[in-house]
Amino acid sequence: MRHHLILRVVTKALIGPIILFALYVQFHGDFSPGGGFQAGVIMAVAFILYGVIFGLNAAQSVFPTWLVHKLMALGVLIYAYTGVATLFLGYDFLDYGAFDPHHPAHGQHWGILAVEFGVLVTVTGVMMAIYYAFAERRPRISDKDW
Amino acid sequence: MVELLVDLTLFFMLVTTAIAITYSRHLFGVVMMAGVFSLLSAMLLVSLDAVDVAFTEAAVGAGISSVLMLSTLTLTARIEKPSTRSPLIPLLVVTATGAAIIYGTLDMPSFGDPNSPAQLGAAAQYLANSPADMHIPNVVTVVLASYRGFDTLGEAAVVFTAGVGVLLLLSGLRRRRRRGDTDEKETS
Repeated sequence: MRHHLILRVVTKALIGPIILFALYVQFHGDFSPGGGFQAGVIMAVAFILYGVIFGLNAAQSVFPTWLVHKLMALGVLIYAYTGVATLFLGYDFLDYGAFDPHHPAHGQHWGILAVEFGVLVTVTGVMMAIYYAFAERRPRISDKDW
Repeated sequence: MVELLVDLTLFFMLVTTAIAITYSRHLFGVVMMAGVFSLLSAMLLVSLDAVDVAFTEAAVGAGISSVLMLSTLTLTARIEKPSTRSPLIPLLVVTATGAAIIYGTLDMPSFGDPNSPAQLGAAAQYLANSPADMHIPNVVTVVLASYRGFDTLGEAAVVFTAGVGVLLLLSGLRRRRRRGDTDEKETS
């Protein structure tokens, strides 16, 4: 894609807003549609777009494969350990009231933020990992065959 | 009235895209039309007020799947080989399945029916209690992350498992092939 000047310029302008939108969907999920699953996919789209336009190597130097593989598991662990934390605070598994016993609704806010962050990390990791797994394989048809 | 017109137009375009996909042999075009199909269904979901699902569909269906399909295309061919088998049996199966599904929908409550089982179960309780319990206006997030937090943990685990599965299938193959290469060098 080296020769597509317009695509490269437009991509550079778009990646920032895409990541910003992913963060908005993530952290504004309490008030508007969206949450970890959607935000994770949008976040991954930003990096995949970068990979498609600037090449796989460029994307992998921004977001290395080993990191992607770690993130996949890390997200699920963040989610599960939020539940374990509430257990240690003397509440039920994933009962977020534990984080603020005097004001359970605030605790719910913190808990939901934590688990949604876990979902974001897992979904971003998995989407990137699947993309890398497909794109890393050697293509059999050249650019001109399209 | 306007909503009905929008829905009908979207469904018409959806069916047209699906028919175009089945007729096209040029796989690049098929992938692009599959993206169009996803965007159209995302618009339908918006008109059903399911915005969450709509932009998941737009991002996953039209965005990531298209990229994955294109990377798969680079590994295979770009023109579909014409099938030699008769399309009669598949057509029969599809028609029978479609008829069964339509027959099944006859028993379903109509769209937005307040007395449908889905509205009378736990959903009413969630809607009534969530403002006092959580102070969070988006009930979808509340149900997903708090009332049904354990389910969502399972969903995250499913996504993780799917990722691991794809990695095992694709990168395992690469390692085997590399080992095959060294074997060949050793024997030759």
